[in-house]
Amino acid sequence: MSEITLQDIIKPENLVYKKTSLMTNKALSYCPGCGHGTTHRLIMEVIEELGKENETIGVAPVGCSVLAYEFMNVDMQEAAHGRAPALATAIKRLWPGKVVFTYQGDGDLAAIGTAETIHACNRGEKIVMVFINNGIYGMTGGQMAPTTLPGMKTATSPYGRDVATMGNPLKMTELVATLPGTYYVTRQSVQTPAAVRKAKKAIKKAFQNQLDDKPGVSFIEVVSNCNSGWKMEPVQSNIWMEENMFPFYQIGDIKVDGKLVDR
Amino acid sequence: MTEEIIIAGFGGQGVLSMGKILAYSGIMQDQEVSWLPSYGPEMRGGTANVTVIVSDERISSPTLTAFDTAIILNQQSMDKFEHSVKPGGVLLYDPNGIIHHPKRKDITIYEVKAAKLAAEMGNTKIFNMVVLGAYMKIKPIVKLENVIKGLKKSLPERYHKLIPLNEDAITMGMNNVTKI
Amino acid sequence: MGELKLMKGNEALAEAAIRAGVDGYFGYPITPQSEVIEYLMAEKPYERTGMVVLQAESEVASINMLYGGGGTGKKVMTSSSSPGISLMQEGLSYLAGAEIPCVVANVVRGGPGLGDIQPAQSDYFQSVKGGGHGDYRLIVLAPASVQEMSDFVPLAFDLAFKYRTPALIISDGLIGQMMEKVELFDQIPRLTDEEVIKRHPWATNGKPVGGERRILTSLDLDPHRLESHNWHLQAKYKTIEENEVRFEMLHCEDAEYVIVAYGSSARIAQKSIQLAREKGIKVGLLRPITLWPFPKKPIDELTKSGIKGFLSVEMSAGQMIEDVKLVVEGRTKVEHFGRYGGVIHSPEQVLEALEQKIIGG
Repeated sequence: MSEITLQDIIKPENLVYKKTSLMTNKALSYCPGCGHGTTHRLIMEVIEELGKENETIGVAPVGCSVLAYEFMNVDMQEAAHGRAPALATAIKRLWPGKVVFTYQGDGDLAAIGTAETIHACNRGEKIVMVFINNGIYGMTGGQMAPTTLPGMKTATSPYGRDVATMGNPLKMTELVATLPGTYYVTRQSVQTPAAVRKAKKAIKKAFQNQLDDKPGVSFIEVVSNCNSGWKMEPVQSNIWMEENMFPFYQIGDIKVDGKLVDR
Repeated sequence: MTEEIIIAGFGGQGVLSMGKILAYSGIMQDQEVSWLPSYGPEMRGGTANVTVIVSDERISSPTLTAFDTAIILNQQSMDKFEHSVKPGGVLLYDPNGIIHHPKRKDITIYEVKAAKLAAEMGNTKIFNMVVLGAYMKIKPIVKLENVIKGLKKSLPERYHKLIPLNEDAITMGMNNVTKI
Repeated sequence: MGELKLMKGNEALAEAAIRAGVDGYFGYPITPQSEVIEYLMAEKPYERTGMVVLQAESEVASINMLYGGGGTGKKVMTSSSSPGISLMQEGLSYLAGAEIPCVVANVVRGGPGLGDIQPAQSDYFQSVKGGGHGDYRLIVLAPASVQEMSDFVPLAFDLAFKYRTPALIISDGLIGQMMEKVELFDQIPRLTDEEVIKRHPWATNGKPVGGERRILTSLDLDPHRLESHNWHLQAKYKTIEENEVRFEMLHCEDAEYVIVAYGSSARIAQKSIQLAREKGIKVGLLRPITLWPFPKKPIDELTKSGIKGFLSVEMSAGQMIEDVKLVVEGRTKVEHFGRYGGVIHSPEQVLEALEQKIIGG
């Protein structure tokens, strides 16, 4: 029996997974094990499946995903820290037929950009907002985020987040769900194949809402790990996330079709 | 010809709109105009004044310290602007509410009892048009027909029915201005 | 002849925005320029031209809406007054860095801080030296009349798109609140989406079918590439300096002295010049219309022709005077006069300053 070569394996009939053409070939700059890359891929797969690669404009934030535009193969703008929803507002208002999304982390969306987030949601902009919440500032070296859990150690809360002096973690997603301008609000995660499938379904629903001209923002929080910032191995960080983040940031739909879900 | 005017009184007396009508009338007769209000947080009851310039030439400074004509409608404005009239200039005022009457000898002083006349006509809102009429009698810089054209241009259509009343008020002012 | 109207400077700016074919105005109210957004909301430009008008939650959001909208190749505009313009500086730096055209109007008020709401010209440095972080310039137009508040809107857009850079219209509470006769220009049609896509291949309005996606960013983590980008920007600014200087000279033919003044100070100075000439003082006016690029050449030529002194008249503690001095280089006397903090100097005070600081000094 002759030896099996690579050519024997790479055959159309053996294809089980194909990278979407809407992800560039550039190697991701994220730490191995981080949820950003998976979430990027899901968004791009959804846009490809919806056939909207030539109609989409994305807005990248400041934070770990500051270079999201290097990986997402659609027209992209890089916003100032926290301002992505303002950019997206104008883009969508001026091009109502296009597909517009923002991609932001917790510092960007829930701290410096709180005003832009709340007001874009409150005005009911017909955009998709993707919010990566890993409870920490990854890019700048692991400082406290508005979403850092009580007692959680970061570079700027080295003895743990003391809520009496540092404030409580902000549940931005629950907050925007109360606004009449949000149409679909959900919290997802991407740490397991099952979670990835659910997250993709949610992202697709969000973009479908925009294509259907549904009134208001479709807002997806993805609770993610930050193994570097949390100073853990990737697998360990996912376990930590399930045990500590999920009880506080409960996974699931919060608002569907403009109506709050009974949780 | 250049006429530099200050109109000063209380907010709510129609000081700014009187200036606006004057400026619009200037445009109707192909002149250059500028209208510069004092502006600020006082919406009603505070002092209000506006500098209006009507000229055959390009207007230089829209803000001035000396005026050909001062139209003065309350005591505070009298205190502030009596001395801003150029020598040989004109001061027109409504004596209503004035305690210290103007004293200058090097200018010509006129009065019009506009508040009283407007009340007699049954509409205190036309007060400013009575004053405008008095001014037009003293300084026929803008023609009545151009004032009417200006009113038509500056007022929304739904107020056009009030134009005859305004015209009557102007005539009333023209007929009741007296030199002191 | 276009339609003649009596309008406030702020209203003329707003009407000009509609007529210039602007696609979107994003703004936040602040005295003394709130009439701009009030006028736009009342005029229903969406019905007239399809123009979008949105009251944003802040000046920070407004300028970033310009980034988003301008990045798609649409004509976008905002306006504010000094404190609000300070809030926009971050955004302006990003817009300049990402080379996104837009027009911003500043109806300046007294500062620093919350200051007051009266006219001032103390935002000169902020306007002409960049304003935000990084090496960049804005094209700065200074209207001196209500007519120019109207005319400079399409001009600012032409320049902004020609050079892919933000343009600033800087006036003040005096020009903004004053009414004058204005001849309105005829409606310039808004571009269709197809025209925008065709005309601005750099814009992010959806990746062309079969083409490359576009990225608009001011970020480049590689210092050498970022330096190259800066070289490109500087070359562009040099071209603007060579081609886009605008100014006006009045009574300079026989002048022994020259007042340099822009915007409302230039208007006031015209009266001072009239008063001076009645007294036999030969004084002229150089009015920069573009504050950046600054009219260096005419000042240099006046200096060479033997002008005995320049008086920089500004409603500030003396900002533009630095640019005048940079040209004059000590060859003749240069002094500043101006009231500030919202106080407007009178024509007589300007004349007095000329007599004391330049002629008698």
